[in-house]
Amino acid sequence: MNETVRVSPVKVLLAKPGLDGHDRGAKVVAIAMKEAGMEVVYMGLHQTLEAIVAAAVQEDVDVIGISILSGGHLPICRRLMELLAAEGVDDIAVCVGGVIPKRDVAVLQEMGVKGVFPGGADLHKMTDAIKALVG
Amino acid sequence: MDVARYIKNEKGGIDDVILSSGIHVKPSYGPADLEEIGFDYDTDLGAPGEYPFTRNLFPEGYRTREWTTRQYTGFGTPRETNERFRMMIDHGQTGLNVAFDLPTQMGLDSDHPLALGEVGRVGMAVDSLRDFEVAFAGIDLHKVGAGLTINAVASIMLAMYQAVAEKLGFDRTKISATPQNDILKEVIGRGAWIYALEPAVKLIGDTIEYSMTTMPRTNPVSVCGYHIRESGATPAQEMAYAFLIANAYIDEVAKRGYAPEEFVGRFSFNFNIFGNLWEQVTKFRAGRKVWAKNLSEKYDVKNPKNLWLRGLFAGGGSGLTKAEPENNIMRGAFYGLAAALSGAQSTALCSFDEAFTIPTPRSALLSLRTLQILMDEVGMRDTVDPLAGSYFIETLTKQMEEKIWEEMGEIEEQGGIIKAITSGYLQRKVAWQAYEFERDVQRGDLIKVGVNKYAEEEDADVELHEYNEAWAEEQLAGLIELKRTRDSAAVTATLKTLEAVARAGENVMPALVDACKAYATVGEMSDVFRDVYGEFDEPSIF
Repeated sequence: MNETVRVSPVKVLLAKPGLDGHDRGAKVVAIAMKEAGMEVVYMGLHQTLEAIVAAAVQEDVDVIGISILSGGHLPICRRLMELLAAEGVDDIAVCVGGVIPKRDVAVLQEMGVKGVFPGGADLHKMTDAIKALVG
Repeated sequence: MDVARYIKNEKGGIDDVILSSGIHVKPSYGPADLEEIGFDYDTDLGAPGEYPFTRNLFPEGYRTREWTTRQYTGFGTPRETNERFRMMIDHGQTGLNVAFDLPTQMGLDSDHPLALGEVGRVGMAVDSLRDFEVAFAGIDLHKVGAGLTINAVASIMLAMYQAVAEKLGFDRTKISATPQNDILKEVIGRGAWIYALEPAVKLIGDTIEYSMTTMPRTNPVSVCGYHIRESGATPAQEMAYAFLIANAYIDEVAKRGYAPEEFVGRFSFNFNIFGNLWEQVTKFRAGRKVWAKNLSEKYDVKNPKNLWLRGLFAGGGSGLTKAEPENNIMRGAFYGLAAALSGAQSTALCSFDEAFTIPTPRSALLSLRTLQILMDEVGMRDTVDPLAGSYFIETLTKQMEEKIWEEMGEIEEQGGIIKAITSGYLQRKVAWQAYEFERDVQRGDLIKVGVNKYAEEEDADVELHEYNEAWAEEQLAGLIELKRTRDSAAVTATLKTLEAVARAGENVMPALVDACKAYATVGEMSDVFRDVYGEFDEPSIF
């Protein structure tokens, strides 16, 4: 059996949507992904979801990673998934990190969020999980 | 960075200890160490209350005056926040530290599309003076000082504080506000910036100048090493970068023709405490000395009181863990101990549930009680600077001082703090350190109990503060009602004046006070600045 081996690096768009400016985690994740051989497009702070979706499409990324520490992750992710659906995008995996209570993990997965990485998540396991998502 | 790095030998003993700031700790210290570093009591320490203030700002420390406790408080609508303020004051809290929600911090009204889901979430929502009237009702503003944790729109909030005080019958010369008002650290960490940096620093200059002439008990700027450390800086860098930022604000006001002596006495600082106890204590002892020397030698400040490193030394959130959250109660107690041994004038602790969300009344009270126990039960008021004279502490204090100067020098070589921030140099450096820290915790090289040592699988069940959607609705209804009932001609006129003053490059504070009194909203006032000043463009650091 032949396995398809991916040669190009996994490409990730990282952004902080909304108003929360705590970006230590997002920056740490950006470095961890680069160290794991991924290509990272770092959009930075105060991004609108519309801008994130547009950039993800334009940059042709495999993964959108967003970081939210304010507690607003549920409404923000719900809206992001709606926008992606409206654009007909179904080949970009959405991952979210930040202050995510355990009880919200299943809710996020139900929305279609592929990876949930609360603060303190193991960086190696995270990058491995993301690579596995993209395949 | 957090805990020290311990280099172990084969027998499990410790061969070397390296503090986050990069200083090696020896297994024991004696008189020879002090001799080697050239320790001199008079020049290195001086008596408590005397230059260079290494030991304390006051001759008798907490005997004369215990520290001010300022738990960071605010959520929901101004009504909820007012209730919590009063609860904390009733329980013996002596100052306020107001938390604003993100839309307010970003200069957006509660009805702005970007405010959706964020109104009242991480702090109190403020749209207009009407909200301040509710938030500060029943509080004696001549007695209780208010820290306002607001930066990009600090000028607006300081104007609003004057407006509310006058409205509630207080005298602007007797009220004491401490707006955080430190935009440069927002760019390094925390991220609540709006305007281009040059005009943003100009606004800070306006508040300092205005306080000098009009609100003399105001501490117009509280420079925050705190958030810089939370972003990944070492304790020595935390002090170094904060001092350089403070110097940038001094330069802004000095170029208007004022002598630093006239205004630096009202500067205050906000520093972080977590991690190694000895490193924290010596950081503050060295920090007081470096700041006094910096002002005296660089800015020719002479009045001893103006050389004081005043401020809030507060237990930091980065030291807390989500795993076994009750352990954070103990961590808080040790951070409080570090603050007391450092001679903190003013203090606060992150509450044990803050790794999850903002504190419940119970956890906020527990933090306050922890601080009160330190003052009243374990002897922290007995004698000033109790660790002085220890061979170890004095050696480390001197090494820490050298480290702080060294870190300041490195940034000066990059062309100064503003350049190091606008280029992204500093953010990149700090982000890498944060990454290395996380990596080392995950490797088990840096130890966090309950996380990578003695960790248990089970998740503790903690009671958490719940966000209430109804607060946003109530806040929005209030805003609609305000816009319907206020004198819109007065709003338009005051905003026009504000714009003209801002364009002319004059001090915007008087025009802001007028606009606040006319019930212009935070969003309307900050939009004027957005138009005039333009917005900050975040440098790319990857």
